[in-house]
Amino acid sequence: MATMLGGPATRALPAPGKDEPPTGLRSRLVKIVLLGVVVAIAVWAAFPLVANRAWAGLAIEAAATAALLWIYLSGRRIPAKYLAPGTLLLIVFQIFPVFYTAATAFTNYGDGHRGSKDEAVVAIQSASVTQVPGSIQYALSVATTGDPATGPLVFLITDPATGQVSVGDAEGLTKLSDVTVSSSGKVTAAKGYTVLTAGQAGLRSKEVTALAVPVEGGAIRSAGLSRAYEGKAGRAYDKGCDCVEDTTTGKTWTADEKQGAFVAADGDRLAQGWKVGVGFGNFTRVLTDRSVSEPFLATLIWNFAFAIGSTGGTFVLGMLVAVALHAKQVRGRNVYRLVLVLPYAMPAFAMLLVWRDMFNTDFGLINNLFGTHVDWLGQAGTARLAVLLVQLWLGYPYMFLVTTGALQAIPAELSEASRIDGAGAWQSFRRIVLPLLMVALTPLLISSFAFNFNNFNAIYLTTDGGPFPADNPMNGATDLLITYTYRLAFGGSGAQYGYAAAISIFIFLIVGTVSAIAFRRTRQQEEVYA
Amino acid sequence: MRLRAAGLVAVLAIPLLAAGCGSDDSPTTDSPSAKAGATGQLTIWADDKRAAALKPFADKFGTENGVTVKIQAISKDQQTTFVTASQQGSGPDVMVGAHDWIGNLVQNGAIDPVQLSADQKSGIAANALTAVTFNGQTYGVPYATENLALIRNTDLAPEVPKTIEDLVAAGQKLKTEKKASEILCLQVGQTGDAYHLYPLYASAGGYLFGTGANGDYDAKDLGVGNAASQAAFKKIATLGEKGSGALKRSITSDNSIATFTGKKCAYLVSGPWAVADVKKAGIKYDITAIPPFAGGKQATPFLGVQTFYVAAKGKNKALAQEFVTNYVTTPDLAVALYQAEPRPPALTAAFDQVKGNDPDLAKWQEAGKNAIPLPAIPEMAAIWDPFGKAEAAIIGGADPAKTIEAAGKTISGSIK
Repeated sequence: MATMLGGPATRALPAPGKDEPPTGLRSRLVKIVLLGVVVAIAVWAAFPLVANRAWAGLAIEAAATAALLWIYLSGRRIPAKYLAPGTLLLIVFQIFPVFYTAATAFTNYGDGHRGSKDEAVVAIQSASVTQVPGSIQYALSVATTGDPATGPLVFLITDPATGQVSVGDAEGLTKLSDVTVSSSGKVTAAKGYTVLTAGQAGLRSKEVTALAVPVEGGAIRSAGLSRAYEGKAGRAYDKGCDCVEDTTTGKTWTADEKQGAFVAADGDRLAQGWKVGVGFGNFTRVLTDRSVSEPFLATLIWNFAFAIGSTGGTFVLGMLVAVALHAKQVRGRNVYRLVLVLPYAMPAFAMLLVWRDMFNTDFGLINNLFGTHVDWLGQAGTARLAVLLVQLWLGYPYMFLVTTGALQAIPAELSEASRIDGAGAWQSFRRIVLPLLMVALTPLLISSFAFNFNNFNAIYLTTDGGPFPADNPMNGATDLLITYTYRLAFGGSGAQYGYAAAISIFIFLIVGTVSAIAFRRTRQQEEVYA
Repeated sequence: MRLRAAGLVAVLAIPLLAAGCGSDDSPTTDSPSAKAGATGQLTIWADDKRAAALKPFADKFGTENGVTVKIQAISKDQQTTFVTASQQGSGPDVMVGAHDWIGNLVQNGAIDPVQLSADQKSGIAANALTAVTFNGQTYGVPYATENLALIRNTDLAPEVPKTIEDLVAAGQKLKTEKKASEILCLQVGQTGDAYHLYPLYASAGGYLFGTGANGDYDAKDLGVGNAASQAAFKKIATLGEKGSGALKRSITSDNSIATFTGKKCAYLVSGPWAVADVKKAGIKYDITAIPPFAGGKQATPFLGVQTFYVAAKGKNKALAQEFVTNYVTTPDLAVALYQAEPRPPALTAAFDQVKGNDPDLAKWQEAGKNAIPLPAIPEMAAIWDPFGKAEAAIIGGADPAKTIEAAGKTISGSIK
């Protein structure tokens, strides 16, 4: 805090030397080892990138590593040495997520639309394989004619009724003799074939699952590694018409690239869809959806009231306590300070749940203590008061701590001088201490405001946005924009990440505008008092 | 120099993250080198309790089959974690979870059907098997069931209530005699609880989704908001805070069991998970079916089924199929899972094996004999929140017909 009192740093920094100061052997060793680790990690991370054919990712990785080496291997480029780590972290943790969110907002990414079209087709087909009615299940051994690791796979299946063993591959089924069969019916050895152990077969899992031995009316497939069944795919994808056809009823679902789903003529939609770009669809939905626009203004007003109330309330209380304890006449100041920061030391998550229970009508501590019977969280007004009280309790220790720090940095002479000039205690506080405090604390208040504006936990864990009007379960009295839109995006039919991303961009715009205005005003303030 | 060294440490993470980002936007095609190591490996995800119970069996399966079995405990948001990880290709081969996930898992292509033999099917409780059947396919192997029942403090209430009205009368008597402070402990909370209210809602004639010809739930036939549901909530309102006060918003998921074990109410509507606390409190109890409204339909609770799933995007599906269809279907494993948490096993052989030691099991099963499987269709996700809030509002005294109609509109709006 103290350094901020002077406003923008005006003291000139010592100019960086033109030449690197002579470095010792030890620091040089540390440098070599750390750069070695950077390269090692880069190489290690390159393998999965190559395996996944993520060439763009690989190029970025190579460029980042090369840039790091270029910066740190040189004796110069001192500013870059300081800036590189922070800049890289900024890109990875701030800029990338922002771009990723923005990109997601233009898609229908969400439950039922997570993967690619190919994945959806695979899911539809494999989900439609059913056992042919009346068919039997066979005991199965997976075998090969060649090497266990690479040879072509075959199924050795035993008919449980007749004990007849057959060998099956992608061509079809042939009867087989000269085999050894265990008591469970599984083939343990067969002439000309190597029976795979579960471990060996497990290594070739994909081939085992993919192998279907064609027989009349269907195909024999594996159900694990010891049983086989005769199955039939109920639905097949046809590339020609870009549609999925039901093999028994003949009904077709045609791919709709706008929705990312297979849709039938009668409007029936297959559940397994894929991710497609929807343009500004999510944004127009936010703007045109009546369930968003109708309660929007009321929610926004309460959202501002909550953020301002939380920040202002905690600041006023924290500052009053800090000022009171700043007076030298108070004995045992450190004990008080310790006790006062206790709420800050407890996990907010747990405390929010404890407070929720304390506001319980029949069993809550608050009603029991005061002998009242108030339905705290069941009425709009009291619920709002309750969440603000909880925020006050949770938040004032922070404000108390930062104010104490700022107070200690204000020279006592300033107040003393004003006293000599005839100012009272209140005047001296109001005219001298408070403005200096505000210069230091306003940026913190703005960030606290931005945090509380989106304080999801404070609402979600206490009232869950409630109480809700009887005729509208979507928008409650204590809902913030963030809890309300969370419910819109994730409360209905599963998660809709694309829609949620679009909403979060709108919220970002609101918070960003408010913060920008506030920071501009702070700068003016600094110019006045600095 | 030291400062610059610290900077270097900070940037070490960057290539790592770049790797993570890069793989996001590219299809995960498996190269030969990325396949499992020297032996086949099976990865199983389960919650904390079950992961511990599964361990010895997984090890046994591993040594018998010469494969490595890895069990990972996922302590929170199992379903979302599973779906997201599956999509990225970092999911497990076998997932353990509740059966009502099926709809969402299927629409995300996260699980494969399992093919059970007729023998295996006949060894599983019929209603548990129905629960894991979706679009005519069996999507997992059930190992335990759970349903709500009425747990009664036999010291306070020796008689089994035949109807809700009997229960309320007995509860009110206890209240006036100051033996209890609440009539019934049925969790509601400020946002309601559709799962716990459903038996009463069903008894009063309401339903959530109608069933199609094949017995599957039909999302187009929404029962919330129609005349039957309005009538049902009028009945439920008589039990609310403006009525007899048997249902209260102040009784929540956090305090309902504690209120019962604190002897403040004689009746608790809860599931097998409550019994451990009740036993610990030393309360004499009995478990019976939830009583219906006088002259109403049966108060059918929901049946929840704990299930083993085969992940569609697992690396080792053949082994996963083998484990789930041919190993989970043996009673030993079901018994061990029962010992980890006492819910009735879904395998009849396992149930018979443990019911001798635990008289409660037969009672849970009896109380749940009419239970209907919790709808597994994805549209069910749209029900919980609006239904619960309507419930809370009506119990708090709001107009039943209007409130549930509004909830119905919200639900049908988000199903589309």
